[in-house]
Parts: sequence; structure tokens; C-alpha cells
Amino acid sequence: MAVDGGSAGVSSLAQATAGRLEQVGRRVAAAAAGIGFGAALFIESAFWLIVGRRRRQPVRVAAVIEEMMQVGVRAIPIVTVLSATIGVMLAIQGIYTLSLFGAESRVTIGIALSITREFAPLITGILVAGRSGSALAARLGTMNISQEIDALRVMGINPVRFLVAPSLLAMIVMVPALTFYSDLVALAGAGVYVSFELGISLPAYADRLIEVISVDDLLHGLGKSVIFAALIALVGVVNGAAVSGGAEGVGRATTRAVVQAITAIVITDMLFVFVVTRS
Amino acid sequence: MSPREAQQGTGRQPVIEVEHLTTHYGARRILNDVSLSVREGEVLVIMGGSGSGKSTLLRYLLALERPTSGRVRIFGIDVNRASGEDLTRLRRRMGVAFQGGALLSSMSVGENIMLPLREHTDLDHSTIRIMARMKLEVVDLAGFEHLMPAELSGGMTKRAALARAVVMDPKLLFCDEPSAGLDPVVAAALDELILRLRDALGMTVIVVTHELDSAFKIADRIVVLERGAILTIGTVEEVRNCADARVQNLINRRLELAELDPDAYLQRLTRDAVAP
Repeated sequence: MAVDGGSAGVSSLAQATAGRLEQVGRRVAAAAAGIGFGAALFIESAFWLIVGRRRRQPVRVAAVIEEMMQVGVRAIPIVTVLSATIGVMLAIQGIYTLSLFGAESRVTIGIALSITREFAPLITGILVAGRSGSALAARLGTMNISQEIDALRVMGINPVRFLVAPSLLAMIVMVPALTFYSDLVALAGAGVYVSFELGISLPAYADRLIEVISVDDLLHGLGKSVIFAALIALVGVVNGAAVSGGAEGVGRATTRAVVQAITAIVITDMLFVFVVTRS
Repeated sequence: MSPREAQQGTGRQPVIEVEHLTTHYGARRILNDVSLSVREGEVLVIMGGSGSGKSTLLRYLLALERPTSGRVRIFGIDVNRASGEDLTRLRRRMGVAFQGGALLSSMSVGENIMLPLREHTDLDHSTIRIMARMKLEVVDLAGFEHLMPAELSGGMTKRAALARAVVMDPKLLFCDEPSAGLDPVVAAALDELILRLRDALGMTVIVVTHELDSAFKIADRIVVLERGAILTIGTVEEVRNCADARVQNLINRRLELAELDPDAYLQRLTRDAVAP
């Protein structure tokens, strides 16, 4: 009896291990499928944007503009607040750090490069992921469970052309635009603090900025933000399209979309910096 | 009469042909060797309880899924061999009223109904608006085009979905549970509406339902599905007189419930409590 119990214990342990391995395998396969689906969506969206009009199935300009308002214009107030705050925060930290070496007056270059190369694209990306990536996942998830996506397909309207392409294009235009705006606001915020703390006049600060910021630095930040934009849109769509199980499923997909988008943004950022900065 | 014999007998070209369709969802088999054909101009009702596979069959008839085993041909085009453009062309000749309406919630009722015309025709805006209003008149929803789908009642949603389904004057109309969740009067009116549309537009109509009254009223032929297989296919009379006990069970379900033995019912409910 005891021996039987022991062997049963071992075999159930083996089963549990196999079960867990199977689960890991399934997750990996699902993740790979998700990435593949995202890539396919990107290519198909690009296809409709380029040849849709020639095929008499254009991506509607009105839909793109509506999305741009939603993603970009309506995000301006919150981008302003966050960017100004981060600018001031960087100025405080910069002055504190450099004062250890007695080099406070060199703070401008540190602020300028960290904002244009890193903080503005990252903060904007995270903000848009939370605001619009989640909204996209929720919208598509709801449409999915109420058969609206099926309805589009049976009406002969390609859902990628009708829903995904406008969102993707709007993101790719508006996220870099917001990032550039964030650059300006954050630099201004930092400038106000620096002029107040170190007694440098604002015009002198601006002159110094123009001196230290190269076009490359700006493009570094804006280039990253284009990639972030595509990631946010595709992660939102992939999660929204995978929704099953009613309203609760929509909630789960929305949360997952935000977490995955932010993770993807941060990791991509690191890889981008690694590749671009070292070459 | 076997399902096969019931399909034969008319010389008209079938609108949809399904041959030996078997489908799986994961490891579970949903449809099992389903074969049927839909004749031009008829009202075919697909009937069955929940879980019988009728919704799945509908997805294949709509070419939303491609069969992995068996064949589905719509207007003579094999769904498995159709290109994306073939399918788009096919779908301009089909209209679908989904169970929950599936109106796009971000657009007004009017915009929903105008959408297929906007996407598939070069008509100018005012013509499209007039055509959409005509269809709204037909389903008795004139004047409601500015409402959003969320503001409609259940019956209005189904009628609006029907209007959108027929706005392109399709040759083939699908209705998924047109009368489910509606009170009997509204449901009966909707049945009438489907028949009226069929006569006016000369359509072939496929209706998926579990409502017996509705099925017997509108059907030319009925397909009875159970557990993914076709039990019988034939005219209303043939299905009524079908000898198969399972078909009779389905038809007489309400009777069966009414004649339920109260003692047996009580015992079933308290089985676990009574057992030692």
C-alpha cells in the first residue's frame, strides 16, 4: 500500500512537471503566434495604406484624423504636465549631482541630452500605451465579442483596413509629434528651474541648448518613438483580437495590452540604444 | 427519406453546397460529416438546440472559416480556393443579420446602414442616404437613423441589422436567431418581415433558429442538427412526420416538459441529499 502510494506520488509529480512544461510550451507558442500575428498586421496595414486606394478600398482619411485627435491632440494636456515635471526633476537632480564636483554650470548638456534622447520618447510612449493602447484593445475586444468584426468581414470590409490601419497610421504620426512637443516642454521646464537656481538667463540657456543638441540627438529620440508607436498599436490590436469570454475578457485584454506595450517599449528602447549608440 | 434524397429533385442550381463538412474546436468535434445544399429562392431553416453546431455551421456558410475537411461552395465558388478578392466579391451578394445585431457601436443607425454602400459603390452621399432611408422604411424604422445602436430596443436592433443586411440587395440573406429574445408579437412581425423581404427582393434566405413556431412558419425546408450531425432535412411536413425519435423530441420539447412527472423531478433535484 505504502509502495503503491509512493509510486503514485512519483508519477503524479512527473505528471505535474510534464503538465507545467506543457503549459510553458503553450505560452511560448502563444507568444510567438502573437508576435507573428502582430507582424502580419503591420504588413497588411501597410499594404492597405499603399495600394488600398488603387484597389478602390481606401483607408478612410476621416477615420485616421479621428484617431489622430484621440491619440495625439487629446493627450496634449497630460503630456504637458508630465514633461514639464520631468524637466524640472531632471534639473534638480542634475544640479545636485554635478554640485558634488562643483560643476553645476554644466547641467544644461546633461538635461538636454537625457530629455531628447531618452525621457521624452519614453514618457510619451508609456503615456500613449496607457491612454490609447488600452483603448484600442478594449474597442477591438468589445467589437470582437459583439460580432462587429464578423459583421465587417461579411460585409466585405476588411477589418485590418477599416480598423487597424487608421489606428496604426495615427499612432506612427502622432507619437513622434507628441515626443517632439514633450522635448520642448521638458526643456522649457528645466530651463525655468535652472535659470531660477543658477541665475542663468533663459536666452542664455536656450543658446546653450542649441549649441549642445545635435540633429542626431533629436532623431535618436524621434526614431525610437516611431518604433514605440507601432508597438503600442500592434500590441493593442493583437490583444483586442484575441478576446474571448465576454466583458471580463475585455478587461483582461486591456490590462494585458498596457503591461505588454510598456514592457515592449522599455526593452526595445534598451536594444535600440545598444545598437545605435555603440555603432 | 434520407438527407441525400431530400436534396435532389429540382433542376435549379444550388446557391450553397456543403459536402462532408467536419470541423473541430481543439480536440472537440463540432460538425460531423454535414452535407446539404441550398436552393435558389427558398427559405432554409437550420434548427437545433444549443450546442448542436448550428452557429458553427453558419460561420462556414458565411465563409468566415475555411473548412479543413470537406467542401463549401457558395455561388459555385469553392471557399477553400477563393482568394481574398473572390471572397469580397462573394460577400457583396450576401447579407447577414447577426443574432445581437452587430451594428457598429461607434456609428449611428443610419451610418451603419449606409456603410456597405459607401464601401462598395461610387454613389454620391445623398443617393446613399436615400437608399438607406428606403431600407429603414421597409423595416419600419424610418426616422430612427440618428439614434446610436445602444439606444435601440432588442426588436429595433434586429430590424436595423436586417436593414443593413439587405441594403446591397443581396441574393442571399442569413439571419441568426431573428426572433430570439423578443416577445411573440415582435418575433412574429419579424418573421413576416423576412418573408416579405424575400418576396420583394427575390432572395434565398437561410435562418438559424431554435424557435419552433418561427421555423415552421417561414421555412420551405428545415435542417435539423443535433450534436453536429444532420438528423433530417426536408419540407416542414416531412420534418413534422419524421420518424426519428430525436427529431420528434426536438419538435415536442415543450410537450415533454409539460408532462414531466413531478415525483421524478423532485427525486432528481434531491438525489445527492437523499443518497446516504
